[in-house]
Amino acid sequence: MALENKGETHKTDVIIIGAGPVGLFAVFELGLLDMKAHLVDILDKPGGQCSELYPEKPIYDIPAWPVITGQDLTDRLMEQIVPFNPVFHLGQMAQSLQKLDNGHWQLVTSEGTVIEAPVVVVAAGGGSFVPKKPLLPNLESYEGKSVFYAVRKMEQFRGKKILIAGGGDSALDWALNLQPIAAEVALVHRRDDFRAAPDSVNKMRELVAAGKMKLHIADVKSLEGADGQLSGVGANSKAEGDFIIPCDTLLAFYGLTMKLGPIAEFGLNLHENLIPVDTEKFETQTPTIFSIGDINYYPGKLKLILSGFHEAALMAQQAFRYVYPDKKLRFQYTTSSSALQEKLGVSDKAA
Amino acid sequence: MKLYVTDQGGVTHELEGIEGWRVMEIIRDYGLPIKAECGGCCTCATCHVYVDKEWLDKLYPMRDDEQDALDNAFDVHDNSRLSCQILMSESLDGLKVTLAPGTEP
Ligand SMILES: Cc1cc2nc3c(=O)[nH]c(=O)nc-3n(C[C@H](O)[C@H](O)[C@H](O)COP(=O)(O)OP(=O)(O)OC[C@H]3O[C@@H](n4cnc5c(N)ncnc54)[C@H](O)[C@@H]3O)c2cc1C
Ligand code: FES
Repeated sequence: MALENKGETHKTDVIIIGAGPVGLFAVFELGLLDMKAHLVDILDKPGGQCSELYPEKPIYDIPAWPVITGQDLTDRLMEQIVPFNPVFHLGQMAQSLQKLDNGHWQLVTSEGTVIEAPVVVVAAGGGSFVPKKPLLPNLESYEGKSVFYAVRKMEQFRGKKILIAGGGDSALDWALNLQPIAAEVALVHRRDDFRAAPDSVNKMRELVAAGKMKLHIADVKSLEGADGQLSGVGANSKAEGDFIIPCDTLLAFYGLTMKLGPIAEFGLNLHENLIPVDTEKFETQTPTIFSIGDINYYPGKLKLILSGFHEAALMAQQAFRYVYPDKKLRFQYTTSSSALQEKLGVSDKAA
Repeated sequence: MKLYVTDQGGVTHELEGIEGWRVMEIIRDYGLPIKAECGGCCTCATCHVYVDKEWLDKLYPMRDDEQDALDNAFDVHDNSRLSCQILMSESLDGLKVTLAPGTEP
């Protein structure tokens, strides 16, 4: 899998927003028609809902696969698109989309990566996976200042009095990683049982026993402070009742949830948070921007993987006309076309 | 077979229970607001409910994965359960649950 360095400018034929099953299969359909693709996904792995929400669950309605798990489906799709060398920009939010003077689109990601292409395919599914926010009063005024859901640069937290909320791998990993550089690290979790990797849990318990980390078994209830700067977090436990944990930084790890995100600002005339498309080309009301998979809307739409695959095939036909306006498009089967087989690396000529 | 569900706004609804269905699915099928983002995979905790105290002991006990998933919920109480992990049956006729904060779609 090709992973590009963050923060560069790239030119390609098609930008695909979302590396879920439908975005992945779009690479295949575009590739058969000689179009190169770059994919952007906020997750750090491909597969969308299939790999994030139900990797181990069996799916029974993928044609010709009587049963296949979410992760296996993702792995097979990744294998199927290898011949087309797609470039993945993972861990990045597709943030803004702008039309350039030459008629191409310029997409900028949250990490500053710039991608330019004549065609954009929005395959954003149920939306981007983003951190779930704790339900706390006045949360917004602290976000980005003293409340965070991810660690981008560890240095930012040097010398801080950090409280980390959660009991999974993210919470434990960051508690362990930040402990040496922070002034203080405390962990707050609702129960004295951690689902994180046992090794991390053991290390955490050792630090707590040595007095180098604090552990509170409690619920987080309130944020204390002013002007976005935390001075403490209100907590409650059965043993201690209400109490304040002094800190100047809160890192909250409560898993992920899907939110539409920046795509709402792309000017695509949303219909109840979905993108309306035609059913011939799966193009949005903005020519050269297509939308396929769970995120699109048309009469009779079914949010099924197989529908998204079909949409990808039809989308590619029209995308070809934009990417190669002077070329003629011929319909061919992969079974019998030696030209297609060459692209797939399976022809005698390619072998 | 009845199921009583109090929504996030405090209004109680009488739902027809369906044998063998997950309580989450019955709530969603009836049209009450419930996010249930992972579709019953016991990972998202956005189907979190408070079970009426008198019914708590009658439910099948929580498995570890349900406890784990509840780590991603808020305002977890002793009577917190994930409604996708409760199967409706005759023995639960009359079950009362309240949709917890964070379950709004
Ligand atoms: C529990 C469960 C069971 C299911 N079972 C089946 C089944 O049996 N059969 C079936 O056909 N379907 C099933 N589905 C539905 C199926 O998973 C979806 O139809 C499918 O995942 C849609 O694929 P997609 O590529 O359109 O979107 P998704 O899988 O949602 O992927 C979209 C990707 O886009 C990314 N993204 C969105 N916006 C941005 C942005 N601005 N920047 C960067 N990245 C972004 C997201 O992070 C995500 O990774 C099931 C779903 C669930 C939850
Ligand atoms: S629906 Fe996700 S945990 Fe129940």
